[in-house]
This record gives sequence, structure tokens and C-alpha cells, in this order.
Amino acid sequence: MEPFTRHTGLVAPLDRVDVDTDQIIPKQFLKSIARTGFDAGLFFDWRFRPDGSPNPDFVLNKPEYQAASVLVSGRNFGSGSSREHAPWALQQFGFRAVIAPSFADIFRNNCYQNGLLPVALPDSIVRQLLDRAASQPGYRLSIDLENQTVADERDTLASFDIDPAVKHRLLNGLDDIGLTLQHADAIESFERRRPTFLPHTEAVPA
Amino acid sequence: MPPRTLFQKIWDAHVVRDVPGEPTLLYIDLHLVHEVTSPQAFEGLRLTDRKVRRPDLTIATMDHNTPTWPLTQPVTDTIAKEQLDALERNCKEFGIRLEDRFSPLQGIVHVIGPELGLTQPGLTIVCGDSHTSTHGAFGALAFGIGTSEVEHVLATQTLPQRKPEAMEVRVEGDLPAGVTAKDIVLGIIGRIGIGGGVGHVIEYTGSAVRGLSMEGRMTVCNMSIEGGARAGMIAPDDTTFAYVEGRPHAPRGAAWEQALDAWRSLRTDPGAVYDRTVTVDASSLVPHVTWGTNPGMVAPVDGRVPDPSNAASDDDRRSLEQALRYMDLKPLTPIQDIQLDRVFIGSCTNARIEDLRAAAAVVRGKRVHPRVRAMVVPGSHQVKVAAEQEGLDRVFSEAGFEWREAGCSMCLGMNPDILQPGERCASTSNRNFEGRQGKGGRTHLVSPPMAAAAAVAGHFVDIREWDRG
Repeated sequence: MEPFTRHTGLVAPLDRVDVDTDQIIPKQFLKSIARTGFDAGLFFDWRFRPDGSPNPDFVLNKPEYQAASVLVSGRNFGSGSSREHAPWALQQFGFRAVIAPSFADIFRNNCYQNGLLPVALPDSIVRQLLDRAASQPGYRLSIDLENQTVADERDTLASFDIDPAVKHRLLNGLDDIGLTLQHADAIESFERRRPTFLPHTEAVPA
Repeated sequence: MPPRTLFQKIWDAHVVRDVPGEPTLLYIDLHLVHEVTSPQAFEGLRLTDRKVRRPDLTIATMDHNTPTWPLTQPVTDTIAKEQLDALERNCKEFGIRLEDRFSPLQGIVHVIGPELGLTQPGLTIVCGDSHTSTHGAFGALAFGIGTSEVEHVLATQTLPQRKPEAMEVRVEGDLPAGVTAKDIVLGIIGRIGIGGGVGHVIEYTGSAVRGLSMEGRMTVCNMSIEGGARAGMIAPDDTTFAYVEGRPHAPRGAAWEQALDAWRSLRTDPGAVYDRTVTVDASSLVPHVTWGTNPGMVAPVDGRVPDPSNAASDDDRRSLEQALRYMDLKPLTPIQDIQLDRVFIGSCTNARIEDLRAAAAVVRGKRVHPRVRAMVVPGSHQVKVAAEQEGLDRVFSEAGFEWREAGCSMCLGMNPDILQPGERCASTSNRNFEGRQGKGGRTHLVSPPMAAAAAVAGHFVDIREWDRG
């Protein structure tokens, strides 16, 4: 995983609440067995009109947000389906961080697995960021994970909370599985204690 | 030991490693796998030269992509076919049991786990699918994960987790006639909101929950994720034990007695404290219909579509306006005036045998409205066979419903069963998100009897008045 330390980038305002993962990437893009190429499906039904042409009204199609790498949106971002294709699509489209008042649990975990940083900030701050990104051309934010702060070119605007263990992993780009396998002894000892009546999945003889 | 909640007990029993400042390493008893969220996980194992630690605690099925047309016809979508083939190859390579499209045990992953008796009280169960919460109906801790976590569980049979908070949703009283488990959970989501359960595991308690069958309990737990919750669970009782007993993977003989002893302790102790409690009066519940683009946008069947000008905040008002625009509905439209093009009875929420019985009872001897195309997609092959043995397939077919093969089908429209742009569907599934059942499609979530009645009438009707009409 690519480490996340500090990122400064152009902000795109997606001023909607409850953006679900079906919107972030619709199901027809989930059939791929690859890990790449999901940027093509990002916000597909919003980005494209029924005839396949780009929808000029959608924020990510506007010329001023073409190089955006920080997405700001409303509460409960990433609700619904567990599809990790959602953070993959955001990341492969060029986003490094998403700022919202709150995130759905599975989506947030999926982001952490990929080095896409979900930043939860109070409603009032997010409203301010949405308004600035909409009204100030070229509005940029810096997200500093080490210091847990969000700043624009003038001020530090907010600090955010993050699980210290997750922060450590993100800063160092560590592989979760590798970390867990360091505790193989603990897993083996747990397995020896498991009750014998627990189910196994082998095929049942006919 | 201080009094503990059901959730706390299951959590404690699965701690592999707990060190201050780090997430708890939790053991996973059962890992369910399907074709959509697993290929990149298996590829990850190959790239790092890792094995599946416990193939004997892992089972795979094909459900999301599979067409529901007859099994004699091939999968024609080549990209879907490739994904199905990839699952078959991966299961063979890593030694995992697979119920493929032609297996008599195939079905939606959350339907077959309980059917096979693999879903049992007290287990930790994960799957790369948010509706894994279904299995909590047995008093298990069951939750959805992403593909990276799928890889993690395949490689280690554990997951690092921060402990969620415990929330009680207590539903007391008698359910009125015509009000189902689906209406209970839609009512709860309408009340707490779709983000209301974020960071929590919900335990459903109270006499109305105790009174539900296992099928009903699965419907309620299934939609916990639609309230944002990490998982939903119900303490196991004699209803649970009777459902599990005798199933292929249920313990037998002395092991059954041993299991029962352990399972009977899986209940929240008197005096245990939840982080939050919500109470619902069952007698006040009514049949529900969603009108908007998330499951929290729900109204009583005798109610109306809301008026955005009455919204509590600017965000809410805009959200309502967007939803009404997408759904092509005017404020204050009576729910029963909403006309339908399609009806879908299926999904991991409502496609078990009891759901099909309830829908069949409504349509028996009646005809689907001429404008409506209606389909029934059983939750599993076993549900399909059981329904056919009872003659339910004939009841549906004679009424004009299509009777199809098992799978996720039009719940998410990954297979060929999708809505056309602008089509309006009454669906027994779990999500009414924009485009969920097909780009431009409009979904209204209801219970199986409500969907069946709507198919006949061509618009929503109050199932409580169905027999009288």
C-alpha cells in the first residue's frame, strides 16, 4: 500500500448527503477480476447522460475540477454495499482523500486498506469547504496525517480524529496481513482452544 | 464477571490477541465467498505466495452474476462468465468448497449458509457482502467486509477490529395483521435513519422479535446495514435451535447437547448496559413502502410522499428534492396512487420459503395486472425445490408471475434481470438506491405480501384491506 503522509490538492465539492457505493461505482463495473480500471465507472450514472455523453452539470466534468484530488461531500458518505471497488474507483480517478461529516463503516475500512484517507470533520466545517470549493477557483486543501490537520493556503481549518493504529499503518504503508501473520502463534493457540462442535464446510457425504 | 451483552460475549469468545492501542485480533469461524468480491483477494494471495489458512471454514457460491433463466441455457454475458470461471478456478486452486450454478445447494450466500446449518449461534461470520448481517438472526456476530479484508481472512482466518458499540432496538407488543418483519425493519430504519446505526452492532430484543420465525428474524437482521449498523443480532432461543437441528452441518448426538449448553448462555445478562437503546411499539407498526432513493425514505402504506418544504434542514430538503426528481413523484402523492411496471419477489432479504408462501397466499387465484411484469426468484435452489413441492410455482405461474432460478437477480441487477430506464418496481429487496435495479429504474421496497398485492392491483394497496377487497 502506498503510504499517506501529507497531501495538498485541488478540492471538488460533491454537495450531496448519503452518497452510496452504488453511485460511486454502479454494479456493471463490478464484474472485472482485475484491480485496476475502475476509474472508468466512478459516479458513472452522474457523470454520463443516458446517451453516453458527459453530463456537463456534474461537478467532476467541470473544467475547473479536472485535476481534483480531494473530494468533499455530505454526511454518511459511502453507505450501502461493501464493494471495495468504490475506494478503488475514487483512488484510480485521482482522489487521495475524501472529507465528509461522517462515513459508512465498511467504506471507511475499505479506504484505510488502500491508502485513501477518509477525513471526518464537523458539519459546519464541511459546509464551509463545500462553499469555498464551489466559489473560489483553484481552492486547495492540505491534509497532514501526522499532525491530523486540514489547512488551506491561509489557515489551519480543522483537526481530525483517526485511530492511532490505522494512522501508523497509513503513514508507513504497512500490509495488514503481514502484521497479523506476526501473531501466527496466537492464532494457532486460539485454534487449539476452539470447541469441537463448531461447524466445518467440507462437503457432506451424500 | 460483570453482566455482558450478547454482542460482548461473542466478541470476548473470539479474541485472539488484545493489546492496548491496537485493534483486537478477532477469530473468524465461517467465511462465505462469492464471485464478485473475491477475485482480487485470491489474486493477492497468489502475488504474495500465501495459502488459504482454513479452507474447512470457508465456502463459496455463485449468486450475484448468475442468470435466473433455465440452467440449460448458458451464461451469455462474457465478462460475468469470466468472473464465475475465476471463482471456480480459485476454489479449485485453494481447496475451497464451491456450490456452483448447477449445484442443488446453490443459492444466495446468505440463504444457503443457514440452510446448510453452517450458520449457527455464537459464531463470527464474515463475507464480502454488506448483507452478511443476515446471519445475526441466529445469535452470531456477522458482518460485511471489503475485498482486502476477504484476503486477510483467507490468509489468516482473523480480522483486526475495533470494537463497535452495542445498540439495543427493543420491539415490544403484538404485530398487527398484515405487518411483517420487513415492515418492522423498514419502520426502524425510518426512525433511526440510514446512518443511525453507524459504529454500532444492533441487538434486536422484545416480544415482537421473539415472536418472529427464523425467516422473519433474518429479514430484520439482513437490513441492519441499511440503518448503517455494522451487524444485527438476535439472541438464540428454542425457535433458533429447532431451525438448526438436523441440518447437514448442525452438530449431532453428544456434540448437539454440548452446543445447546453453550448456545443457551448466549443472551444479554440482566443488568448489562447497551451504549444506546431505541424502543419501538410493535402495535403501532403498519405496512411500509419506500418512496425515495434510500431505505430510510419510507412511508406508511396509508400515507403520502413527503413535501420537501417541510424538511428539517437544507441538506434534508435538497436530498428529498433530488429523490423525488429521480423517482418522478410529486410531493404529497398518496402511496396507493403510485402505479407500477414491475414486481420483484426475491433477494437475501425476502426470498426464503416463508416469504414465497406469504406472497403466494395473496396471489392465489388472482392475475397479475396486465401492465405489470412480475417475477419470483427463489433465494436458493433448495427454496425453489421446496416451493415446487408445495405447488407454489404453479400458484405464481397461473397468476402470471415468472418463476425463475435462484440468485441475487434484480436486487442489484448484476445479472440480466434489470429495470429499464423509467420503469417503476415494487421489490422485496433491500436497496432503493438510484439505478440499483437498472440505470434509471425506480425501486420501492415492500414486504412479500405487499409486493404480491401490488402486482395484482398494478399499484400499491394496503394489504390489511386485501382480504376484504
